[in-house]
Amino acid sequence: MSTLEHWLQRYNAGRDALPGAGVPWLDALREEAIMRFADEGWPSNRLENWRHTSLALLEERSFAPAAAPLAPEAVLQRLRRDGEEAAGGHWLVFVDGRHAPALSELGALPGGAEICSLAEVLATHPDWVEAYFGTVEEGASPVALNAALATDGAFVRLARGVALDAPLHVVFIGGVREGASLVRNLIVAEAGAEATIVEHYVGVEGAGDVQAGAAAAGTAGALTNAVTRIAAAQDARITHLKLQEEDRSTVHVAQIAAVQARGSVFASHSLSFGAQLARNDITTRFDGEGCEALLNGLFHVDGRRHVDHHTRIDHAQPRGTSREFYRGVLDGAGRGVFAGRILVAPGAVRTDAMQRADNLLLSPQAEADARPELEIYADDVKCAHGSTVGQIDEDSLFYLRTRGLDEAHARNLLTYAFAAEVLERIGLAPLKRRAQAAIRARLPGGELMEAL
Amino acid sequence: MNAPTKPIEAFLEREYPAGFVTALEADALPKGLSEEVIRRISEKKGEPEWLLQWRLEAYRRWLTMTPPGWAQVSFPPIDYQDIVYYSAPKRKADAPKSLDEVDPELLRTYEKLGVPLHERARLAGVAVDAVFDSVSVATTFKKQLGEHGIVFCSFSEAVKERPELVRQYLGTVVPQGDNFYAALNSAVFSDGSFVYIPKGVRCPMELSTYFRINARDTGQFERTLIIADEGATVSYLEGCTAPMRDENQLHAAVVELVALEGASIKYSTVQNWYPGDKDGKGGIYNFVTKRGDCRGARSHISWTQVETGSAITWKYPSVLLRGDDSVGEFYSVALTNHRQQADTGSKMIHMGRNTKSTIISKGISAGRGSNTFRGLVRVTPKAAGARNYTQCDSLLIGERCAAHTFPTIEVRHPSARVEHEATTSRIGEDQLFYAMQRGLTAEDAVSMIVSGFCKEVFKELPMEFAVEAQKLLGVSLEGSVG
Amino acid sequence: MLDIRNLHASVDGKPILRGLDLHVGTGEVHAIMGPNGSGKSTLAQVLAGRDSFTVEDGSVSWDGVDLLAMPTEERARAGLFLAFQYPVEIPGVSNAYFLKAAVNAVRRHRGEPEYDAMDFLKRVKAEMKAVGMREEFLYRSVNEGFSGGEKKRNEVLQMALLEPRLAILDETDSGLDIDALRTVADGVNRLRSPERSMIVITHYQRLLDYIVPDHVHVLSRGRIVRSGGRELAHELEERGYGWIDEAQATPAAQGAAS
Repeated sequence: MSTLEHWLQRYNAGRDALPGAGVPWLDALREEAIMRFADEGWPSNRLENWRHTSLALLEERSFAPAAAPLAPEAVLQRLRRDGEEAAGGHWLVFVDGRHAPALSELGALPGGAEICSLAEVLATHPDWVEAYFGTVEEGASPVALNAALATDGAFVRLARGVALDAPLHVVFIGGVREGASLVRNLIVAEAGAEATIVEHYVGVEGAGDVQAGAAAAGTAGALTNAVTRIAAAQDARITHLKLQEEDRSTVHVAQIAAVQARGSVFASHSLSFGAQLARNDITTRFDGEGCEALLNGLFHVDGRRHVDHHTRIDHAQPRGTSREFYRGVLDGAGRGVFAGRILVAPGAVRTDAMQRADNLLLSPQAEADARPELEIYADDVKCAHGSTVGQIDEDSLFYLRTRGLDEAHARNLLTYAFAAEVLERIGLAPLKRRAQAAIRARLPGGELMEAL
Repeated sequence: MNAPTKPIEAFLEREYPAGFVTALEADALPKGLSEEVIRRISEKKGEPEWLLQWRLEAYRRWLTMTPPGWAQVSFPPIDYQDIVYYSAPKRKADAPKSLDEVDPELLRTYEKLGVPLHERARLAGVAVDAVFDSVSVATTFKKQLGEHGIVFCSFSEAVKERPELVRQYLGTVVPQGDNFYAALNSAVFSDGSFVYIPKGVRCPMELSTYFRINARDTGQFERTLIIADEGATVSYLEGCTAPMRDENQLHAAVVELVALEGASIKYSTVQNWYPGDKDGKGGIYNFVTKRGDCRGARSHISWTQVETGSAITWKYPSVLLRGDDSVGEFYSVALTNHRQQADTGSKMIHMGRNTKSTIISKGISAGRGSNTFRGLVRVTPKAAGARNYTQCDSLLIGERCAAHTFPTIEVRHPSARVEHEATTSRIGEDQLFYAMQRGLTAEDAVSMIVSGFCKEVFKELPMEFAVEAQKLLGVSLEGSVG
Repeated sequence: MLDIRNLHASVDGKPILRGLDLHVGTGEVHAIMGPNGSGKSTLAQVLAGRDSFTVEDGSVSWDGVDLLAMPTEERARAGLFLAFQYPVEIPGVSNAYFLKAAVNAVRRHRGEPEYDAMDFLKRVKAEMKAVGMREEFLYRSVNEGFSGGEKKRNEVLQMALLEPRLAILDETDSGLDIDALRTVADGVNRLRSPERSMIVITHYQRLLDYIVPDHVHVLSRGRIVRSGGRELAHELEERGYGWIDEAQATPAAQGAAS
């Protein structure tokens, strides 16, 4: 059975059980979305945006939970233990794409802040969702699949001027009982609101499964299909951090789409360390003057893993500033793809856009592809991009060795330093430390770097 | 604060002095494309059977292909049956035996274009092949070059006189089915230049071809093949103009360069096809496939282009770096004004060990012009030690122009070092004011800034062409060298 | 020689100069001091002809000629030189070329023969030595990658080469350490002559220890509010600018009403 039929069947059988089923606009949207997906199928490298990452393999693949999954409680406990902010913050936990109230823990919220599951808000206030849920046309076909089948997700609404004191952690634990999780998160920040939202995507394979999972890659494994939509009204400030540490057999397909009103500030940090194949599409559109965006990202691939980031910053209005920094560390026979487009619309004068994408190749089999793109239709702009693919700088290596470090240590140190520069842009210290720990755990000799 | 557009506009308002038509009787095929037309072109040129078959194979491939849609250019679909595929000035004898037999009207045309064909009138250092519509009308200095064993002649002549060389190399760099326009060219190409530099020979003068489209409704499909044998060196220049007409005319050329071990080819273009008027009416569609093959170790191919003409430019002079330690270079200045569209750039395919490539691209967009850089740097799994540096800058003049930068980097070897840098800026009001406060006129200030912007490319041009580029961009080169 | 009367200028509709009067005689050195935002740099740019400022009212007569009617480059060729507070970078254009183009534009205007490359190099190298600039700066792009001090030296070098009749130094001391300041001031002093007038704009009295002015003016809210000898500079140094603004509060209101 081709998986297209599988998805259609899943839709036909399950649509009435989806959250908000019976809400007319949502039913209609889901119907159209599944039609679109049935029509287009998984994107293949015949599409320009998927030239370096094809999902055609998903046509023939079934998704299965991990053979001997860790209990979600244990996964969460490990996650919360690792972070020193464990005591504080708000925790909203989803298992296999469904809200797990018993694992979630929201602290005291300021008045005007609503945080709940998408299912819950669709049951109580579907009208809050309609304008922000998204449309059938946007994104590639997996986004349409998500629109049709998303089972849950986080819903955040911040009234005018409301600031979340502590980060909201949204945790997605996939592959426990089901092979595929489809989640959709909606973040709505009204004028002047402020929040930091962290999305954690974590796997459930026990230590013994890791090898098995890797061996089985290509035949089975879990699927995560995640969409996050962010609406930042005038002067709102949203920081979004995504930490993807899924199992090595998981396919992760995600979209983060922000729309910014005048004077708003959006920071996205995308850290992609896990999964067999991870594709992230991150976009923001400046719908008002004077917006600011930071798109910051770090990925690590090894084995035969593949990570792809596609970003797009749409400078649709004047006086916008964007900064984009992506770095990749590529080991084994891993492949890393970065494609970033900066679009400056006619009339978007005084745009100031800067983009950098740098890749560090550690192994002879690793592959890096980069497509930094500028598309400019206005004259009074300042735009620059730069991209490099290379290895550890021999001069730096030599310098460290003359100071007594052995070569392996020096290499590991420089590799970590390359990666850690990206993490410096994460403003909140506990989140930065958590990210540093996550990359250290994956780099050779990382445990030695703790003292840095 | 508004940009001081007035002096800039004045600077960009250039005449198109090459826009005249030469009144000549032409020997032309009727409009349209078919196997019959291809057979007649081949027959007119007295070609051997293998070449006819080669053309027909290309034509059959072309019929199955569709025009590329990915470039950042837009134009109405081209009716390929509404084009004249062969047009040649009528002449008395078969071919002029010497320059004295060339139609004086033709000689006057080239003189008017600043390319006198009489050898005594030329600068001693440059040999010229003049291509008029579909045929080569004259090649100068053939005798002197022959003394070195150098073959420099029209493509048609080469087919007759050096068929073994043509057969050995034709289509080995740009295969018949490479892309839609290359396939079309392979089917109907009418003439072009052929160069062969024997082993170890350093070509004693610059070789150049001057392409002229004259006849109405005619497409120009020239094919150029340059082979530098082991250790040979050559510098080749190409210039092009066309009359001003309200209809668009198609120019789909193919250029193939082959550099064997230790050979070096420098290929420079000043492209000044008629760009259309300021409302975008008329102009040449310049859809060109140019590719060099660094086939031998330590070979070197360098492309330099100054693109100021054409309504639409679609070309990506590329280098296949097969030989170990081979070097590929691409230097480009592309100016688009009014409604001109350019989608241009380069591909560097690293295959040998320790190969190096450089891409320097300077795009200037003015008026409603659109300028796109499209590049590919690919380091294949065996290309140990590959190096690439790409720099790609855009200068914006006017609020309705567009500038795009679409590079692709694909690296499959960990010892590669690939760097890409791009910037976009406009002529700053403060720069203009500063220069004017020191007594320069606004026009001089603009031309000085543009010249500074293009400096790295101009310095790659041979002197002969640097002068022409200077005239075209209206800029003083003096400020850009130093 | 320079006569500024009731000069009003604005940018984007916002008035900056509000009725400025100033008279600078031939060979005199005038210092203009004032707090940030008082209009000092605006005055310099308006005199040099920057078109982002709109002259709303008033007149500037320079040796009997209407300065405001002249295009920027004509003013430069007629001998008006502005040393920029923030000299502009021009990538790709060598300093040597730029200097030669400017000098020859001025010489052509004066009816003097243009320099050829050799003569020019000889001249420029001599002047560079005098301001302590290394020759390599000739072959670098105009101001690109220059340190603050190098940029200012480059301004003084241009001034020496262009031999202006009226030089306006806009905060030439900003961003300079004391050594660089001394070098630049020496360069300027060398160019003082009975035929050359100067307007030295500065926020600090320190520069005036090195370039000693004949007259000192205080600019506040777009007008000259006090004039005196060099002792006025010391007074400002001791008392700061606050008292001027206070003293100004009332007259400025009157000015606006009239």
